[in-house]
Order: sequence, then C-alpha cells, then structure tokens
Amino acid sequence: MRHLMSPLDFTVEELDKIFDLAGEIEKDPKRFAHVCDGKKLATCFYEPSTRTRLSFEAAMMNLGGNVIGFSEASSSSAAKGESVSDTIRVISCYADICAMRHPKEGAPMVAASKSLIPVINAGDGGHQHPTQTLTDLLTIRSLKGRLGGYTIGLCGDLKFGRTVHSLIRALLRYDNIHFVFISPEELKIPDYIIDELNEKNASYEEVIKLDDVMGKLDILYMTRVQRERFFNEEDYIRLKNFYILTKEKMLLAKPDMIVLHPLPRVNEISVEVDDDPRAAYFKQAQYGVYVRMALIMTLLNLEA
Amino acid sequence: MLNVGKIEEGFVLDHIKAGESLNIYNKLGLDKLDCTVAILKNVRSDKMGKKDILKVECPLEMLDLDVLGFIDHNITVNVVKAGEIVEKKRLTLPKELKNVIKCKNPRCITSIEQELPHIFVLADEKKEIYRCKYCEEKAVKKI
Repeated sequence: MRHLMSPLDFTVEELDKIFDLAGEIEKDPKRFAHVCDGKKLATCFYEPSTRTRLSFEAAMMNLGGNVIGFSEASSSSAAKGESVSDTIRVISCYADICAMRHPKEGAPMVAASKSLIPVINAGDGGHQHPTQTLTDLLTIRSLKGRLGGYTIGLCGDLKFGRTVHSLIRALLRYDNIHFVFISPEELKIPDYIIDELNEKNASYEEVIKLDDVMGKLDILYMTRVQRERFFNEEDYIRLKNFYILTKEKMLLAKPDMIVLHPLPRVNEISVEVDDDPRAAYFKQAQYGVYVRMALIMTLLNLEA
Repeated sequence: MLNVGKIEEGFVLDHIKAGESLNIYNKLGLDKLDCTVAILKNVRSDKMGKKDILKVECPLEMLDLDVLGFIDHNITVNVVKAGEIVEKKRLTLPKELKNVIKCKNPRCITSIEQELPHIFVLADEKKEIYRCKYCEEKAVKKI
C-alpha cells in the first residue's frame, strides 16, 4: 500500500505516469466518471483549507466516488483529545483513502504508519504539501511542455512557504533548472533547503527585488505572505506588501513567461494581471483537480 | 589512588570527557538496569589530562551502545568477556536515534501525540546532522 507524504515518494518515472494519466483525464473526463463508484474519500482537515479540501472532494466526485470528513479540528474527535494514530485507525474502517491536513508537522506520517488505507498528506504545518507540488509540476509540464531546462523565480514568503519548499525539492530531480529566490531578508529560504541545493550542485541565486530578475524568468511562482505563520502582527503588516506583481512589472517579463500561484491570493498579484495570457494561476487550480484524480486512481490501483 | 576491581563480563567505557559520565549513564539507561556500575570521575589521563570511565558489569546483549556514537565517538568501548578485553569497539554514528533527543520544534507532531517516540535519522553523515523523522527539524547536537 502506498501513501503520499512528500513529492519525493514517487520516482520521476512514477510521476510521469501520474501526469500522463492526468493528461488523459483532461482530454476525456467522462471516461473516468465511474472509476471510483462505491469508493469513499475521507478528508480529515484539522485546520481550515477550503481550496485544497474542495479540490480533493471534487476530484473524488468526478471519479464517481463519495466523500466524508471534517473541515476543522473543533468538529472532530481531536477536540476531545483523540490522537492522530487512533483517529486514522477508525477512519480506516469507514473510507478507502484519506487526505489529511494537520497544523502539526509530520502528523500525516504518523497517520500513515497506523493506517489500513492510503493516506495523502494534504499539508502539514509549514512542512510539506505534496499535492500542491504535483499540481505545480503538472501545470508546468502542461504549459511549458517539459519539467527541466528553464529559469524559475520563486517570490514572497520563502521561509514559511511549504509549497515552495516542496516544489524546490521536486524540481531538483530535473535537469538544467536555474532557481531565482526573491524574498525579503526576513523570509529567506531556510538553511536545510539551501543545503540540499548545494549538495545537488543546483544553480541558484538569491535576490531582494523582483524587478531586477523579471526579464530572465520563464516561470514566476508567486506566494502569499501568510498571516498565520507570523508570531506578531507588526511583522506581518510590515512585510506583506513587499512583493506585488503589477501590470508594469509584467512589461519586463518574457512574452511566454507563466505566472503561477498556489492561491489564495491576497494582494501580491494585482487583479489587473489576471487578464494577461501569461497569468496561469486559475488554470493551475484546474490542473490541481486533474492531478488529484490521477493520484487517487494510482493509490487505489484503479484503471479507467 | 582508588582501585576498582576487574569485571567478568560487560563494558569498560574509557576516554569519556571529564564530567560527562553521569550524562552517559543516563542516556544508556543504566539507571533502569539491574547491574553493577562503577562511575569513575576525573581520572588522571596522559592523553586527556582528566577523563571519566564507566565500568558496567552486565551480559553483553543487555546494552545498546549505538547512542554513544552520537554523544561522543571518541569514547573507547572495551568489551570484556571472562575477565579479558575481547574487543575494542569503534563507534560510528547510528542511523537512527530513538528517544535519545527530543524534537524542539513546537509545530512538530511529537509535541502533542501521546507516546509517540522521538525519532531522529542521520541525514548527513559527514556533517553529523540528524533530522526529526516527522518534521525534519535539525537536531541540536548537545544533549
């Protein structure tokens, strides 16, 4: 039985298969409409995340399956003090597969070690968010035609942004990628990711200003400065407006650059950019459903 | 000069940094074992000036010495059988540490999940870096 804890749980070849399957789903969704008939997905969300949860639920429903679950810890048995290990043992009796989000880092791994059904890490604290990474990879592959050989800029909160950490680790397995890290000093990429980049001899640079590097990027990955990751409000207010993508900044970019964002956006991408054909963040949300469909099928060993 | 007698079967842990023997006594869980232990503190040493020594009389399979590699790989482990030193063990860094150090990350699942062991895995042998199995937080070497 397979689980998904980190984007590195699958080999590059296995990921290619998942992306191929997602591509088939995109082309002909009807063919997959009954693949999960009679199956249940449990969405165990110990912290609120409308987007990821609905994406999982939509994915399961598109496959003909059903969904059970909870969307915050206060409405689950965790409020009564139940451990993650106990919860998953019980959920294993109710559902065929589980997607778990938890504010504590490593919680889905603890669940997977006790589970009788496949567990998907749907985000654990500031640690990993593998299905977002699969979404990002599928979007890049679909829109750029390849997963290596480009310059990618990652902008915003690179310290606490788990989507960024997961994405970098996943991209390190592909060739000829130049990373440009664009962040304020306070939100720089953590040392353990830099260690990994150095170990793998990856090409990277760290810069402060987005304007300085816009022209050389093939992909710009924007992130939100998350309020809940800060210990005090003052720091949040001081930093949140540091990096805002505007129409003017887009003038500096290549004509075929794509802009990605894990969403939700607050104000780091100006609404006027939405109409630019290079803005791909809403398409990305659609790819998120396709890749989750492919993932559910893969973990449940189902075929169309 | 203080004399401590020979042991028949067990371990003599030599070249322990002076003052560290009690820490090692605790980390090896010797307080929980029913065996004879001699703790020698501040013993004169040509090599180190002062050192500590631990003599443990116990069946050889009773003690897991893996953790010593993490604490200080310069400790000499003499394995004693039938009153003779039969092996001098070379210490290496253990691949995994279970309940030896605690994860300090307040966001780690180990901070709330009951009876979950604190497990650290050797992430980089050259730099002697351990990371929490769950959250990947770097271990603080001083224990």
